Amino acid sequence: MKPAAALRDAALAALVAFGLFAPLVGLRTEVAEGGLALRGRWDDVAWLCLLAFLGRFALMALAGRRLHVSVPAWLHRASRYAVPCCLGLVVVLPWLPFVERYELDLGILVLTYVMLGWGLNIVVGLAGLLDLGYVAFYAVGAYSYALLSLSFGLSFWVCLPLAGILAAFAGVLLGFPVLRLRGDYLAIVTLAFGEIIRVVLTNWVSLTGGPNGLSGIPRPGLFGLAFTSEEGGFADFFGLEYDPVHRVIFLYYLILGLALLTNWVTLRLRRQPLGRAWEALREDEIACRALGINVTVTKLTAFAIGAMFAGFAGSFFATRQAFISPESFTFIESAIILAIVVLGGMGSQLGVAIAALLLIGGTELFRDLAEWRMLIFGAAMVVIMVVRPRGLVGTRTPSIALGERRAIGGNYVSEGH
Amino acid sequence: MAYALQQLINGVSLGMIYGLIAVGYTMVYGIIGMINFAHGDVFMVGAFVSLITVLLLGIGGGAAGPGALLLVLLAAMAVTALYGWTVERVAYRPLRGSFRLAPLISAIGMSILLQNYVQVAQGARVKPTGTLVPGGVTLMQSEGFNVQFSYVQMLICVVTLGVLAGFTLLVTRTPLGRAMRACEQDRKMAALLGIDTDRIISLTFVIGAALAAVAGCMYLLRYGVIDFYIGFLAGVKAFTAAVLGGIGSLPGAVLGGLLIGLIETFWSAYFSAQYKDVAAFSILILTLVFMPTGLLGRQEVEKV
Repeated sequence: MKPAAALRDAALAALVAFGLFAPLVGLRTEVAEGGLALRGRWDDVAWLCLLAFLGRFALMALAGRRLHVSVPAWLHRASRYAVPCCLGLVVVLPWLPFVERYELDLGILVLTYVMLGWGLNIVVGLAGLLDLGYVAFYAVGAYSYALLSLSFGLSFWVCLPLAGILAAFAGVLLGFPVLRLRGDYLAIVTLAFGEIIRVVLTNWVSLTGGPNGLSGIPRPGLFGLAFTSEEGGFADFFGLEYDPVHRVIFLYYLILGLALLTNWVTLRLRRQPLGRAWEALREDEIACRALGINVTVTKLTAFAIGAMFAGFAGSFFATRQAFISPESFTFIESAIILAIVVLGGMGSQLGVAIAALLLIGGTELFRDLAEWRMLIFGAAMVVIMVVRPRGLVGTRTPSIALGERRAIGGNYVSEGH
Repeated sequence: MAYALQQLINGVSLGMIYGLIAVGYTMVYGIIGMINFAHGDVFMVGAFVSLITVLLLGIGGGAAGPGALLLVLLAAMAVTALYGWTVERVAYRPLRGSFRLAPLISAIGMSILLQNYVQVAQGARVKPTGTLVPGGVTLMQSEGFNVQFSYVQMLICVVTLGVLAGFTLLVTRTPLGRAMRACEQDRKMAALLGIDTDRIISLTFVIGAALAAVAGCMYLLRYGVIDFYIGFLAGVKAFTAAVLGGIGSLPGAVLGGLLIGLIETFWSAYFSAQYKDVAAFSILILTLVFMPTGLLGRQEVEKV
């Protein structure tokens, strides 16, 4: 493009930016005596307009020029070992010298989202059912564990499968009415379902404690050994000096185990008739029916198994925080989990893990800028989607192949209903 | 009886606001087949621009004249329309023709972005303005209960009906409206016949955002308190309204909005105010399950 045209375009962008930012950034409403008052911030507007001008100009200058990055052969060969290496790193992470309490907590958070992403991947990535209310099952799992352990004194290890079963039951409950829906309708009904669960949790005060939530949720132990400084605790039994980090390390391995379980089950299911039916359903529902696949059962199992893993993750969340309230289960959580699945590349297990690390770990870098964090998060979602609509990992491994198993492009995979 | 009449008035004025937002959803869905998740937040931006204009004109805290209110409305519509245009240009246009989930995720990202942008730019605290249009008419009096039809509610009804009448004329009588309907029926064919579909889609977003701005302005006048989070719930309910009326159908969106407003108001008046959102969402689910095309929608044909 000619420089003059690019300049004119950039000037237009700056003008639009002025129109956008002048009222909302330039004039800030503030609570003053006798009502609200306005405070001008015109320097910020000027900076934003300049930014829009330069950004647009740079975009125009780069347009038409394709960036070609060729991957060297040795890197291609080395990439085969990337997954085992990363897994090894994740396993030894708590023992690395620079890893402190904070890094461990961050690791637990990222792994929780990896697990949720893998769980949702079953529903969205494999079965092709768009679910915007996934956090409801997470909430069901968390509240199941909290209520079972607080009212009946059951231990974490007993509650974990129970929470999974209850969440799976909720999944079937949601699955039944939405069997006939597809696409955006399905998305909006699942969203409504998630919101209903949250509103009920907020208002059923006698059971859930309402907006105040439930606190004092028991911590899990390792084969009956509690992580306390008392006699008979974990440290005492093994003759170690008591250190609160022991429990954090235990929780880290717990969520790592749960996440890997999710991954393993998914990978195994993909080779079985059920998993193949899911993928076939995603590709073409009518063909599935014609071939005699029971669409109802296939969809319900996808919802149930996806929800079960969310239930596991939810009870882990409850036991880790020792406190839960409806605030942790808002729509934004569902959106984040779905974003992890889609940004990673639907159906790609590795992509989901990378996206969780990028989005959750990445925004954690901005934790000091509390208000800006979600702003950057939203912008990142838009930018990644615009640049890579098929997700970060652009290839998929087919479940069955004739002869050699080879990675194929993501755009050969259908996105489902 | 008097109580029910009062709820009817409240429900209709709330329903008008939902209807205005729902028109934006249904238009966008009709033309490009996506849920514009950021539309609720565009409504919120409209409410904020109205608030800022009110303060700029110095009419906050007291009664405002009709001229000033018209100015507020026009300013909100202009700025919000620009927001609608920018959202489409930045987040949706590059993804046109891409796979279906991409614009949905991009829209959710845009919704998060707009919400937090307003929070950063304007602060997280709620913004009270006080009553801008005080007073009203007492319609009837029985058993010590006054049925009030306030001037604000009258204004909402008049402005909404006026705007919707103008909008209907635009869609049914002008070349632009014809082009929009053509794009809705078959975008590829419309493009082949020489319609600049990109421009029509942009204009759809602009008009939808302007209608959302009217809703935002009315919301501000009616409730006198806004914050950066009002867009989410209003957006979901307006979408419910659009689905209930039959998505893609413009009269359906207004009808759905009125129904949702009435259901919500009567539910909170007679059953439980805490569970009014559950009522709205349950209706959404029931509609989709038993009548997926809505009240005035077209039957969709399943093709192989």
